[in-house]
Amino acid sequence: MDDLIVKTITRLIVPFIQLYGIFIILHGHISPGGGFSGGAILGSSIILFTLSYGLERASKKVPHKISAILESAGILWYIFIGLIGIALGGTFLANQDSGFFMGEAGRILSAGMIPLLTVAIGIKVASTMVTLFHTIIEED
Amino acid sequence: MKKLMLMVVLAGLFVVLVSSILKMPALGSIDNPSYNEVTHYYLENTLDDTKAVNVIAAVITDYRAFDTLGETTVLFTSIAAVISVLQISHHKKEKNKGEKQHG
Repeated sequence: MDDLIVKTITRLIVPFIQLYGIFIILHGHISPGGGFSGGAILGSSIILFTLSYGLERASKKVPHKISAILESAGILWYIFIGLIGIALGGTFLANQDSGFFMGEAGRILSAGMIPLLTVAIGIKVASTMVTLFHTIIEED
Repeated sequence: MKKLMLMVVLAGLFVVLVSSILKMPALGSIDNPSYNEVTHYYLENTLDDTKAVNVIAAVITDYRAFDTLGETTVLFTSIAAVISVLQISHHKKEKNKGEKQHG
């Protein structure tokens, strides 16, 4: 799609969409939202960029290799946090028993491993959406 | 004859399914079997157990974190399947292009 209006609007609006996605992910344990919805918002911002600027420029911004690495890194980070629980003397993916920083309810830095897991899920969902879209659109 | 048999079987199935629907508890009723002590436990103890204000996030990533690990594995498997299928066709196209240019 080679349209000046679409390109300009996209360039203006993509940072705000991404900021909103990061906000949803980081506030997963305080407000409605979480990893899945925030990751979907982040991924859809990249899809919007791909649709208006074409695959060539988008794959320069988010190369296949990096999205594939993020893909695996998300799930490995999730498992790693679970294993920390075992190392600290709890069970797999135990939160309070394994001594994560619990903090004060309602703050961003609280709730132990929940924000960490939400970040992992968000990265995973976003990179999955981007990789799927880029791989399918490459067909033509 | 075949049609008659089919209609009888379908009518029987219809009666069974409708009678099971009529036995179902009403939507949102307080006597539902799904509204049991587990719900009360989550609502009362989430704040002390996890310090998370969002009960749904606490259930997804703390009480049932292992289930969410399975969910992310499903995402991973799906993307691996899609890429392994689509990447083969891409490689074939590139090979054909290369051969044409050489020949």
